Amino acid sequence: MEKTFVPRITSFLCTWCSYTGADLAGTGRMQYPTAIIPIKVMCSSRVDPVFILKAYLKGSDGVFLGGCHPGDCHYEVGNYHTRRRFAIVKKIFESLGLEAERLRLSWISASEGPKFARVANEFTEKIIEMGENEAKKKIFL
Amino acid sequence: MSRIDLQKASSKGLKELLGHLLGSGKVSAVFSLRKDPETGSYDLGLITEEAGLETVKPLAPVMIANAGQVLSSFAPSAEPIAVVLKPCELRAFIERAKREQGSLENILTISMTCGGVLTLDRVVSGLDSDKIGDYENHCFAGDIHSETRETCKACEYFVPMNADITVSMVGQKDAGTKCHIYLNTDLAKEMAKGFGPDPVEEDFDNSLVEGLASKRAAEKEKLYGAVMSGKGGLDAVIDTFGKCLGCHGCSRVCPICYCMICDFESRNFDNDMPYFEKELEQKGALRLPPDTMFFHIGRMIHMSFSCVGCGQCSDVCPADIPVASVFKKVGEETAAIFEYVPGRDIEEAIPVMVFKEEEFTEFID
Ligand code: SF4
Ligand code: SF4
Ligand code: FES
Repeated sequence: MEKTFVPRITSFLCTWCSYTGADLAGTGRMQYPTAIIPIKVMCSSRVDPVFILKAYLKGSDGVFLGGCHPGDCHYEVGNYHTRRRFAIVKKIFESLGLEAERLRLSWISASEGPKFARVANEFTEKIIEMGENEAKKKIFL
Repeated sequence: MSRIDLQKASSKGLKELLGHLLGSGKVSAVFSLRKDPETGSYDLGLITEEAGLETVKPLAPVMIANAGQVLSSFAPSAEPIAVVLKPCELRAFIERAKREQGSLENILTISMTCGGVLTLDRVVSGLDSDKIGDYENHCFAGDIHSETRETCKACEYFVPMNADITVSMVGQKDAGTKCHIYLNTDLAKEMAKGFGPDPVEEDFDNSLVEGLASKRAAEKEKLYGAVMSGKGGLDAVIDTFGKCLGCHGCSRVCPICYCMICDFESRNFDNDMPYFEKELEQKGALRLPPDTMFFHIGRMIHMSFSCVGCGQCSDVCPADIPVASVFKKVGEETAAIFEYVPGRDIEEAIPVMVFKEEEFTEFID
């Protein structure tokens, strides 16, 4: 029997918005895939952009960043910096011909449980469509 | 803008200007490329005595270290100094100044329209006057010399962006017998007072550099087309950096990589035994030292938008990896999303230090 592909999506969620949003999805009994592996960070800007790269090179099938909506960051401007850093990583992936679509940044507030569930489902489906991250098998990395 | 025309070779004319600046006490030191008379090797020198100017080769097509990086060690300077930098070295210095690794205070910047520098291999195997003459013929005719660095051949920023003084070399057919010095700023005019014939009011003649600009644009397209075996992708990236020894020489010589302790040499990303075990379990083999790609792409994340394309990193790489070609191409693309040009303007903030409230919505899902 063929094993079904359950992707691993390393997900950095800021504690004040997206992580709370994920919690709300949970307490609201909304289904979202087990592919999402949440890592709680104080702010999306805590995610050093090389973390994204590291997760990808170590074989995460997807890397997800969740932060507060612009203007709502608990540290006021953290997510604006996140956005620029993320844009740089994306651009580098595109420029090198790596799969930039495996990286995703979304704004999800503490009250957006349903949005969290929707984004998690959407992204997981997309990653399943793309298949496994080739980096997983590369000895060189 | 004004120009001083001297009836002598460019290098000689510039040397005399440096002599005037030092002799008159307008500057207390000159920072320039030198050729050591005893060893015959090139180096960078900080010279305070007029006699020391004998050894300077301010216009030699050589880059031993990126002078913008070296200049950091003594700038801000307590006293005025004159520095001779290639256009990309000047841009690198400005990028460093933005990172508080130097300041333009008390510095008179002198640059030239630049025909590129010869590869380090070529330089260390010895440059006689025939070789220099051959290079100059190409430069003065607005042609690309075949032994210059790959990124020089593809460099479009060979006219200095914000030098106080520019010596005209590229496409300047008479540069072997005449010296044309442009005074771009008030500081330059002030400094050059009392030197040579009266300056003529004249703007920089762009027609001199147009020929080389279009040749370089064509070379750039070729170079970028060949980067990552022309196709990109994980395998191509591994192919490109697969020969890497992990010496980190490329970041050591990079004028933009200014950190005293590089993140990639720190303990931050060290791997421990459980990690190796897990990797082995998954893959059955492991390439050591690990994290080569992490280092290179990580470095791109840190600094690519500020890469000035000087080519130092390629030139020092013992494994002959075209590091600079990749960084220049990737860097141009990361800089472009911020409409940023490294070293263009000291007032222009480094892209990761600022933000706008409304931007990059296309990167958000
Ligand atoms: S100089 Fe070459 S071998 Fe050394 S780390 Fe850089 S790419 Fe690798
Ligand atoms: S990455 Fe290479 S080409 Fe770019 S500035 Fe650094 S040393 Fe120069
Ligand atoms: S606290 Fe949520 S993005 Fe900064």
